[in-house]
Amino acid sequence: MAVTLTVNGRTQQVEADPETPLLYVLRDHLELNGAKYGCGIGQCGSCTVMVDGEAVLSCVTPVLLLEGRRVTTVEGLGTLEKPGPMQQAFIEEQAAQCGYCIPGMMMRAQALLQADPSANEAAIRAHLEPNLCRCGTHMRIIKAVMRAGEIMRQNPQSGGAS
Amino acid sequence: MTLLRIVLGLVVILAIGTAAFIGYAWHSRLDPIDPPAKASLDAKLLARGAELAAIGNCNVCHTAPNGEAFAGGLGIPTPFGTIYSTNITPDPETGIGRWSEEAFSRAMRKGVDREGRHLYPAFPYDHFTLVSDEDNRALYAFLMTRKSVSAKSPANQLPFPFNVRMLLAGWKALFFREGPYLPEPGRPAEWNRGRYLAEGLGHCGACHTPRNRLGAEISDQHFAGAEIENWTAYAIDSGSPAPLPWDAESLAFYLRHGWHDRHGVSRGPMAPVTANLGAASEADVKAIAAYVAEVMGRPSKERLAQGEAALAAARQEREAAPLRRTGETGNGAGEAIFVSACQGCHDGRRPPPFGGLNLHLSTAVNAPNAQNIINVTLYGLPAARGEPSAMMPAYRGVLNENQLVALLDYMRERFSRQPAWTDTRERVSSTLRGERKVPVYRMDGTTHAPPETSMRTAPWP
Repeated sequence: MAVTLTVNGRTQQVEADPETPLLYVLRDHLELNGAKYGCGIGQCGSCTVMVDGEAVLSCVTPVLLLEGRRVTTVEGLGTLEKPGPMQQAFIEEQAAQCGYCIPGMMMRAQALLQADPSANEAAIRAHLEPNLCRCGTHMRIIKAVMRAGEIMRQNPQSGGAS
Repeated sequence: MTLLRIVLGLVVILAIGTAAFIGYAWHSRLDPIDPPAKASLDAKLLARGAELAAIGNCNVCHTAPNGEAFAGGLGIPTPFGTIYSTNITPDPETGIGRWSEEAFSRAMRKGVDREGRHLYPAFPYDHFTLVSDEDNRALYAFLMTRKSVSAKSPANQLPFPFNVRMLLAGWKALFFREGPYLPEPGRPAEWNRGRYLAEGLGHCGACHTPRNRLGAEISDQHFAGAEIENWTAYAIDSGSPAPLPWDAESLAFYLRHGWHDRHGVSRGPMAPVTANLGAASEADVKAIAAYVAEVMGRPSKERLAQGEAALAAARQEREAAPLRRTGETGNGAGEAIFVSACQGCHDGRRPPPFGGLNLHLSTAVNAPNAQNIINVTLYGLPAARGEPSAMMPAYRGVLNENQLVALLDYMRERFSRQPAWTDTRERVSSTLRGERKVPVYRMDGTTHAPPETSMRTAPWP
């Protein structure tokens, strides 16, 4: 069966059962490997992507729910040559150790900052609570998200993901 | 001349009436004290006070989100305006540090503060009045040894005439019956203990009994269930919607642990209640359970049979292959969502608290409305901080109105024998639009010790 999905601004047909979790479609069909498989039951946040600007756990989201919705993955935030503010901030703060949780962290943080670029540290901590990091990189992650907020505030056009 | 006499007579009657009312309503100011030295309070009394404060759930209303325990400042929405909880730490200026034990006991028994002002019944003195002097002494000792926090609560936002505290004397005359609790002779001691705690300090009826237009509990609908904070407090009388009838044993386990493998997990405003009861004395929780089970009554043969049928259906699903879409309900959209998004956890292969409840056993699916499932589906059950707990991911960012309505209709049809809900779309739509504000509670304390801070992740509106 074919499902129609809009991912990172591109609308495409995917041959997949509508019950398939979005994460599998992203990784196996569209070869977007940014979102990670962690727990598979919505408890760790490493599969987080954005749907219409809201952070969503792609491992527990069947694609049948996504008709006409806009999905954004970490690949949609920028490119290697031209990283988006969130990516740039994570690079500048070197906010990754093993890196497995980072795409999920970035996407949940992106959803927060797109809605409120001036979110303070308390808001960032509360918002990122569902996302786990086993390396203990949290302090750098928070710093990076604060920096991403600064970049977005200085250049309001820069923050929007495709 | 006659007219003048009548008018004069009325004025005199009115004056006497007013004087009598003021006499009835007036309470003296009790002298301030210097806060008692912590060491002067008996350690055993303190330990008892801690257990009792857990039953009283004091920390839940007297702690603001991200605030210090017992320092107050939580805005409590009522139909009359917002009332802010007070600081009950021993801080002499902003807390109750200058309150004598007599003043504390009077507040509990009569709903009057140290200055003699009437308190609003958001502070449930209609229940606390039953608390014995001995237990008030222990509670006082416990509170007077908490960390002293200087924090002034915001002023209540109550329009005239609700801001006139003297009028509360009228409310009391209508609805308030002063305690203490008098044991009912001829009943077992455990039943009397349970009733004393459930109706008194535990104030179960504050959420589980519906209220009238003046905010008083409707006495002939005792424990009949109500809506509070946009969560449904289920009926805990003979109308309990639990598919598997509760008994004293399962209730005691649930109240102490915050979950039961055949009933599910406690969440919403009940989550901090069970978290607290984990710190109460086991005998007290058992007594509460025994009393509430008695109020629920012995289930009829028919209800017991329904319970057995629900258990059998759950067992069958647990052992069978995962559900596929069958289309047998005629609600293909709802079925597809349930099968692909919900049943992976809710097939019951892994029981609560760390797995999802099989919904044949769900009270929420059998409840008079869908609100609790709406809340849990949209906001999830946020994991506890720093300890294992039940949790469920939130589907707020994914499910739109039509999808959620289809899913709820499917769940009701498939897992309940009750008639379809009639107001699901209105509830879903107003919750999604944020018109129904739903406070979300973390699952802290569902497996271990209760938290010292508020479990609310979002403040009341």
